[in-house]
Amino acid sequence: MDVRAQISMVFHLDKCIGCHTCSIACKNIWTDRKGAEYMWWNNVETKPGTGYPTKWEDQSVYKGGWKKNFTGEISLRGSGKYKGLLNIFHNPHLPVIDDYYEPWTYKYTDLIESPEGDDQPTARPISLITGEPIDIKAGPNWDDDLSGTPDYARNDPNLASLSPAERDAMFQLERMAFFYLPRICNHCLNPACVASCPSGAIYKRGEDGVVLINQKVCRAWRMCVTACPYKKSYYNWHTGKSEKCILCYPRLEAGLAPACMHSCVGRIRYLGILLYDADKIKDAASANDDELISKQMNLILDPFDPEVIKDAKSNGVADTTINAAQYSPVYKFVKSWGLALPLHPEFRTLPMLFYVPPLLPVMASVTEQSKEQTEKFDSIAKVWNDKWLYDTSTEELWQNVERARFPLKYMANLLTGGDENSIKSVLKKLMAVRIHRRRVTVGDVSNQKADKVLSDVNLSSEMADAIYYLTSLAKFDDRFVIPPAHREQAIEMLEYTGDTRGSAGFGFKEKPSRIS
Amino acid sequence: MSLFNNFLFIGLPYAALVVFLIGTIYMYRSAKFKFSSLSSEFLEAKSLFWGSVPFHWGIIFLFFGHLIGLLIPGAVLAWNSVPLRMVVIEVTAFAFGISAFIGLINLIIRRKTNRRIWTVTSKMDLLVEILLLVEIFLGLWIAYEFRWGSSWFAAVLSPYIVSIFTLNPDISAAANLHWVIQAHIALAFVILLLIPFSRLVHLLVYPLHYLWRPYQRVIWYWGRKKVRDSNGTWSVSKAKNN
Repeated sequence: MDVRAQISMVFHLDKCIGCHTCSIACKNIWTDRKGAEYMWWNNVETKPGTGYPTKWEDQSVYKGGWKKNFTGEISLRGSGKYKGLLNIFHNPHLPVIDDYYEPWTYKYTDLIESPEGDDQPTARPISLITGEPIDIKAGPNWDDDLSGTPDYARNDPNLASLSPAERDAMFQLERMAFFYLPRICNHCLNPACVASCPSGAIYKRGEDGVVLINQKVCRAWRMCVTACPYKKSYYNWHTGKSEKCILCYPRLEAGLAPACMHSCVGRIRYLGILLYDADKIKDAASANDDELISKQMNLILDPFDPEVIKDAKSNGVADTTINAAQYSPVYKFVKSWGLALPLHPEFRTLPMLFYVPPLLPVMASVTEQSKEQTEKFDSIAKVWNDKWLYDTSTEELWQNVERARFPLKYMANLLTGGDENSIKSVLKKLMAVRIHRRRVTVGDVSNQKADKVLSDVNLSSEMADAIYYLTSLAKFDDRFVIPPAHREQAIEMLEYTGDTRGSAGFGFKEKPSRIS
Repeated sequence: MSLFNNFLFIGLPYAALVVFLIGTIYMYRSAKFKFSSLSSEFLEAKSLFWGSVPFHWGIIFLFFGHLIGLLIPGAVLAWNSVPLRMVVIEVTAFAFGISAFIGLINLIIRRKTNRRIWTVTSKMDLLVEILLLVEIFLGLWIAYEFRWGSSWFAAVLSPYIVSIFTLNPDISAAANLHWVIQAHIALAFVILLLIPFSRLVHLLVYPLHYLWRPYQRVIWYWGRKKVRDSNGTWSVSKAKNN
C-alpha cells in the first residue's frame, strides 16, 4: 500500500444555478492575459450541449484520454511516445482556436472619436488575435441555457446512444430540461496530459496531487491539449506554452479555497483531502468498463482505518493532512454516502473531481403523453397541475426516478460510462433524503414510508440528515477542509536552509568570503 | 581573395561555432522560457500540414545525409562505387530536398497570407525562413548542376569540415569550389550561428528522452519521509528541484 493524499473536489449539480461567477473569478485572476483570453480554466456548460471546446466529449474527433487495448493494457488514444513523436510536426487531432472561439473586444474608442454624422457610432467587434474587425461566430457559452438548440444541444455526444424517439422527446418544448455542468481540471490520478507531454513539463505534485505545467520546460509540442479528454489543457498561442487550471495552489497553500470555489454563489463546491492507494492506480485505470467506477472507489482509502493511518504516516503524509482527510466533505460524498461520481470515467484518467448528479429535472418528471395526463395541462398556460407535478408521496416511490424527464441513459453516459444502475442508485438516495426531510419539515409523509425509502437505499436517518446538512446548510469550513501546507517545511521545499546561514543576506547565496 | 576566403572558411565557421555553443548555453540558462519554437498550429492547422510535414521530413533526411557524409565519408564512397546505388542516393536526396523546399515555400506563404499567423511572426522568423529557403535552393542547384555531390562531398568537403573541427583548418579544397557551393557552405554556418537566437532552437530540444521516461511524472517538493524522521541526520543534499 502506497498511501498518498489528493486534494479532490465534489460539485453538487443540483445546486448549480449556472451563474458563471466561478468562471469570472478564475478569469480575473488567471487568464486575463494575451494569448489566454480564450481560455476558461473553469467553465460552466449547459447540458445537453456541445460544451467547450465544441463537442469535447467526442473522442472520435479529439482522440483524448486512454483506451484499453486488446492486450488489456491501456494506451493514450491520440498521443503517446510513438504517435506523439511522429506527429510532432503536425498534430492531426489538435483542436484549433475556432473549436473554442476567437476572442474579441470592441473598438470602444469609435464611440467617442467618430466624426459627427447622421448615424449613431457603434463599437465594432475586434479580434484579440489579429486586431481586425471580426464577424463573431461563437463565444464562451454560446449555447447557454439551450440557446441554439439545433446546432448545440442536439449535437451533444452523450445523446449518441439514445434512440431518436428518446432524443426527440427531450427537445419537445414542454418537456425540455437542462442542467449545468461546471468543469475545471480534474487533477486526475492517471493524467493523460502528464503522460503525453514529450518534454516532461507536466507533473503531478506528490504532496497534494495538483497537476501543473512547468512553463520553462514546456516546449509547445501541444500533445497535452490532445491527450486531455476533458480539454482542460489550453495552448497559449502568444507565449507558445500550454496552461491549465492550477487549482489556485497559491491560495490552497495559504489555506484559502480556490477562487472558483470561494466565489460559488450556489455553494455547490466542496474540497477536501482523499487518501488513496497509489499501487492500485494501474489496476483501476485498466479495469473493464463495468468496473471502472468501483475500482476507482476502491482506490480511495478509509482515513479512519488504523492500517491506512499507519501507512500514511510512514509514507510521510503529515498528521494534519490525515486529520483533514477524516473531515473531508469529499470523502463523505464519494465514499461514505456514495453520492458523487466521476465525469466520464470511460476516459480512464481517474478524475478526482466528482459530481453529485442533478435530481431536479427528475423530480419534475412528465411521463408519456397519455390522454389522462394531457388533461392535466392547463389548456392555455400549458402548465401542470402542481399537485401532480410534485407528488413525491405517491405509492410508487421510485417512479419519478425511473421515468425521469431527463433520460437516465443520458446521465449514465455522462457520469457512469453508460451504466444506468449506478446513476439510478445515486438518484434514489438523493430522492430518499428529500422524502426523509419532507417527513421532518412538512410532515405529510408517513414514518413507515420514509423509513422504507431510506432502508431501500441503505441510508439511516442520521446519514440522511448529515447529507441534508452538508448539501444545504454547510458553512464554509464544512465545505472546504484544506490541510496546512506546513510552511515550516515549505521553506525547506524551496531552498536548502543550510545555504542561508553565514551568507550575506538577501540576494546572496555565497558566503561573504574571498578565501574559502 | 585569400583574405575573403580566410574569412569565409575559417573566420565565419569558428565565429559561428563559438557563438552557437556559448549562445546555446547562455540562452538555455537565461532565456529558458523562449527555448522552443512558437507553434502556430493552434491558430491554423490545415495548410500547416502541407508545409510543416514535407519540410521537416525533408530537412531531417538531408541533415542526416550531410552528417553521414561528414562522419563516414569512406563508407559513402564505398556505397557509391556502384553507379546504380549512387543514383538511388542522389535521387532520393533530391526528392527530399524538393520536399523541404516546397514545404518551406508553403510555410512562408501561410505565414504571410494568414492574418493570425502574421501576428505571431517575428523578424527573426522571417530571416530564418528566408535563409533556409536560399540554403535549400542552393543545395538543389548544386545537386542538379554539379552532379554526384554525394561522392565529391565525401571526398572534397568532408576533409575540410573535419579540419575545422580538428582546429587545423585546411581551406584549399573549399576555396577552389564554385561560388554556389561556397555560398551553400557559408550560409550553413550563418544558420548555425542563428540557431540559439531563433525558433530553430527547438531542434536542440527534440524530446527523445520521452521514449525512455515512464509515462507518469510525480514531483515531491521535499523528501517528506526524511523531514519526518527525527532520528535521521541533517541532510546535506538539496531537494531535487531546488
